[in-house]
Amino acid sequence: MALRGNLRDFTITQLLNLINLAQKTGTLVVEGPTETAQVAFRDGKLAYAQVGQGVSGLAYILHKANKLSSGQFKAIQQRSNQISDKELGLLLINAGYLTQEDILTNLQQYFGDIVQRLFTWVEGFFHFENDILPPDDRISVRLDLENLIIEGSRQMREWEQLQDEIPSLDMALKFTDRPGTNLRNVNLSVEEWRVVSFINPRNTIKQIANATKMNDLEIRRIVYGLLQAGLVEICRLEGAAPIQQVRVFPTEDKEEQKSLVNRLISRIRSL
Amino acid sequence: MQTVKMVVTGPFSAGKTEFIRSVSEIDVVSTERRISSTAEKTVKEATTVAMDFGRITVDDDLVLYLFGTPGQKRFDFMWEILSEGMLGFIVMVDSTRPETFREARSILETFRAYAPTPYVVAANKQDMKEAWEPEDMRHALRLDPKVKFLPCVATDRDSVKSTLLELLYSILSEMESGEK
Repeated sequence: MALRGNLRDFTITQLLNLINLAQKTGTLVVEGPTETAQVAFRDGKLAYAQVGQGVSGLAYILHKANKLSSGQFKAIQQRSNQISDKELGLLLINAGYLTQEDILTNLQQYFGDIVQRLFTWVEGFFHFENDILPPDDRISVRLDLENLIIEGSRQMREWEQLQDEIPSLDMALKFTDRPGTNLRNVNLSVEEWRVVSFINPRNTIKQIANATKMNDLEIRRIVYGLLQAGLVEICRLEGAAPIQQVRVFPTEDKEEQKSLVNRLISRIRSL
Repeated sequence: MQTVKMVVTGPFSAGKTEFIRSVSEIDVVSTERRISSTAEKTVKEATTVAMDFGRITVDDDLVLYLFGTPGQKRFDFMWEILSEGMLGFIVMVDSTRPETFREARSILETFRAYAPTPYVVAANKQDMKEAWEPEDMRHALRLDPKVKFLPCVATDRDSVKSTLLELLYSILSEMESGEK
């Protein structure tokens, strides 16, 4: 029977364990909440991974890893029909621009990151296509799954904790009103500064993540750090449609409301 | 008949059901179920899965309802429903289980986001010898100095009364400051 199902019933960890133990060869297609990932395995080892249908390939991966400048990436893109990933790899090695190890390390890192992202997908469908591998012109790797599974499980625990701490990315952030705290004196990483620059009750955490090109896990990590340091606090989005005001008091009259609270106080005292 | 409601929330096993039971004039309508998870079972045998419901009749014309939320995260879809139209809320924290402080903080933030109503935080189980000092708890929970943080014993009626009164005083004071 074909390996297909729902991530709710069979998690990414279980899938990777199965592929590893059964030493499977083929492509796992995972349809997540917003995008689809294709992860190829050869004899139970990670060979290739891709998310979405957008730009991918060696040039993109090396550009993302800052191994190629934007100009170089653009020039390669323009010739993308004429040059395959393997040819590009050879070209870069022969030109002494990168070593074979550089290329493989960056590919492993990129593919590994995609697999790690999958651990945060709890909704979606998957199917495994036996014996289907990426096209021959793509460079594949051989990466043991054990470490990815261990790291992924660790991240999943972290993910669950972060979800407890920041249940919704539709909320906004604002700086805490703490006199004496000067943000300039706080040591923040480049990523943290990028997030800080977007903090405003008019931006949701999700919008900040989009603007800073961070995934859910990355933005939650940074927001969690800022919350823990007491620099920011979660607030309702400014300008958002007000929550439908549910009546708290049975009367609109302010004096009657006060009298009602005073009656409650007297009653509780008399208990 | 006029009715008003208050919500008692907090992490799993914080003492919400006991709190309501101590002052309710009716037997608390509790939707408790036996716990299946081994880890949670070591803490207590049954837990609230939907809500607890208690009542205090004030006079012929006014009734206060107390709603207790389920503490386990997987029932959090109930929280928003229960928070609708509340006069204020109480966050119960188990003073003997620091591992729940983080969750208590998160629940507090969630309820604050649902409704900008007054609230107090109650440090429950202060009668137990392993209970944390309230001042240490305040720091651990990162509570603003303006937030009322009250030592409490949910099984003791007087202690529960004091907590409810403090919340009512906060409600009254907010109404008065809103008039200025």
